[in-house]
Amino acid sequence: MDLLVGQLFTGLSTGSILLLAALGLSLTFGQMGVINMAHGEFIMAGCYTAYVTQQVVGDAGASLLIALPIGFLVGGTMGLILEALLIRHLYHRPLDTLLVTFGVGLVLQQVARDVFGAPAVNVTVPEALRGGVDLLGTTVPKTRLFIMALAIVAVAAVTLVLRFTPAGRRIRAVVGNRDLAETAGISSRTVDAGTFFIGSGLAGVAGVALTLIGSTSPTTGQSYLVDAFLVVVAGGMGRIKGAVVAAVALGATQAVFETYSTASLAKVGVFVVIVIFLQLRPQGLFTLRTRSLA
Amino acid sequence: MPQRFKFPARDFARTLAATTAVTALVATAACGSRAGEETVATESCVDTSGDTIKVGALNSLSGTMAISETTVRDAIYMAIDEINAAGGVLDKEIEIVAEDGASEPTIFAEKAEKLIREDCTAAVFGGWTSASRKAMLPVFEDNDSLLYYPVQYEGLEASENIFYTGATTNQQIIPALDYLAETGVKSIYLVGSDYVFPRTANAIINAYAEAHGIEVLGEDYVTLGSTEFSTIVNQVKSAGADAVFNTLNGDSNVAFFREYSNVGLTADQMPVMSVSIAEEEVGGIGIENIEGQLAAWNYYQTVESPANTTFVEAFKAEYGADRVTSDPMEAAYNSVYLWAATVEKAGSFAVADVQAAADGVSFESPEGTVVIDGDNHHVSKTARIGEINADGLLYTVWESEGAIEPDPFLEGYDWAADLSVTE
Repeated sequence: MDLLVGQLFTGLSTGSILLLAALGLSLTFGQMGVINMAHGEFIMAGCYTAYVTQQVVGDAGASLLIALPIGFLVGGTMGLILEALLIRHLYHRPLDTLLVTFGVGLVLQQVARDVFGAPAVNVTVPEALRGGVDLLGTTVPKTRLFIMALAIVAVAAVTLVLRFTPAGRRIRAVVGNRDLAETAGISSRTVDAGTFFIGSGLAGVAGVALTLIGSTSPTTGQSYLVDAFLVVVAGGMGRIKGAVVAAVALGATQAVFETYSTASLAKVGVFVVIVIFLQLRPQGLFTLRTRSLA
Repeated sequence: MPQRFKFPARDFARTLAATTAVTALVATAACGSRAGEETVATESCVDTSGDTIKVGALNSLSGTMAISETTVRDAIYMAIDEINAAGGVLDKEIEIVAEDGASEPTIFAEKAEKLIREDCTAAVFGGWTSASRKAMLPVFEDNDSLLYYPVQYEGLEASENIFYTGATTNQQIIPALDYLAETGVKSIYLVGSDYVFPRTANAIINAYAEAHGIEVLGEDYVTLGSTEFSTIVNQVKSAGADAVFNTLNGDSNVAFFREYSNVGLTADQMPVMSVSIAEEEVGGIGIENIEGQLAAWNYYQTVESPANTTFVEAFKAEYGADRVTSDPMEAAYNSVYLWAATVEKAGSFAVADVQAAADGVSFESPEGTVVIDGDNHHVSKTARIGEINADGLLYTVWESEGAIEPDPFLEGYDWAADLSVTE
């Protein structure tokens, strides 16, 4: 029983990592329907932002806090540029978007390789976040607690922005019915750019945080991309709530499976669960009721 | 009107029949030529008339393996520059044709074919993953050309057309187990990436453990590149093994060692023996997470030998003082010198002459004297266990008595008799 409780907690921490990686995607893919294969590379850009900041600032703790907002701006700006130059012209051609952004992802990886070198770089974990805390019979690393807290803050921020700000209302209006929103005087082009900025910025923030547990190399982002898409699809397109529940559920499933089998089998198990789930509920956990006819 | 549809249909049937016939013919012809006169189809186009001789450098310069393979490429270039500066091979200057394997086995095979057939290279240096080597093997065999493969691997292979200058299992994994057993380890936990090398290595480790009374408390695999280790590390911790044997590859090591030290495990309590972490990787993992842990290789930058002093100085002068040298780089550097020495001994660049002359060819390498075994095309190597120090370098804490003869099929080990040759 203790083991199970401990594993559920592990699942929660795994889930918060998934959630952080997927939160930005749930805006760009979930809300806007853009399949952005370069999302992983925005995460990677966040990782390198943390690295560069640490090289400049020196102190690991301070640089982490400084890198979080910078990572948001770096990821967001990259997303803005990608949106303006390429994605804007491909809104009605999802397959082309997929190919183009995949290509952009490869280009970004190569750029990172040329700028920072092929070997992974090390972002030093602040002294305060090293080691672990004993919780419910399992040792939880402090880095994971930090990521959990950050995921909660990020979800809260996104929810508040979407629900209570004029910009958030416009985003929801465009997602609900693009044509009707335009008729009401909303510039869907500005809204698209803004949504993409926030979504990509969140990828940058995720990147900064993930340097605490994973590696920082040009291919770092790729390992999170598939999981991020899984979370968004399983959670239901366009619902932040769905992404949260799906991330935690996937994390817990993985952790519990892993306890009773092996890590590779657990991954297979998770995929099987998702396939069966999507057969029964293709629209995901939560659905977005829209007023559009399509 | 319906008639108009009949003609294409008939045409189609005719075309189909014709195509089938032609395909069958070609297939028969191909088989016939293959069984009959193989040398005609594979006649070498290597041009030895000029002042230069071409060789291929086939490494991943892009994709996930670029992180490791670009360093091997650097070592190959340096060896070739040195040999050229000393007068070349058989008085010919070596000319490099570089290709990018792009971390994709199929591209390795494709580029190998190009290097052999279009560029007419006398030999090719490179490859890293076992998947890339296995993809290139038939290409080099069918075209009767030579590949020099510089990375430690899972053994159980030998080809006339490949020279393996990295360690096989009895020069790396078995000495590592011997070392652990010597230091009193009675139980181990196996953690690896999920592909051919760790699975084969762990099959060998399980057989060894059974024969030597070591208990294997767990065996876990994660997908390549995975960063989720909380459950595995918790299981390792609660299993309480004397040591962990780590065959993880690439970026996963970063997440694994961070998690490992975060839950409070240290090298003193439960040392981790790694077989894929060299000087290059330590920096990315972060020394604070991995200090004191063990690794098994044949070469470290800190090996004390005159040849190594020259090698390290030359490398830093060429590529920068902040660069480090590692085992695969050294094995790649050796492979070029071994090829050049074999060619000099044979007095010819022809594949058959090089193969015939290879046995006993030696090179005073940074790791010590290495000698080619003509039967299995591997080289003798000294096994070394290294400890990772605070300066990020590995220091030898144990080494084998002299060089170990290569035994890729583990024929000299009774306990390995049941290990089937898995492909």
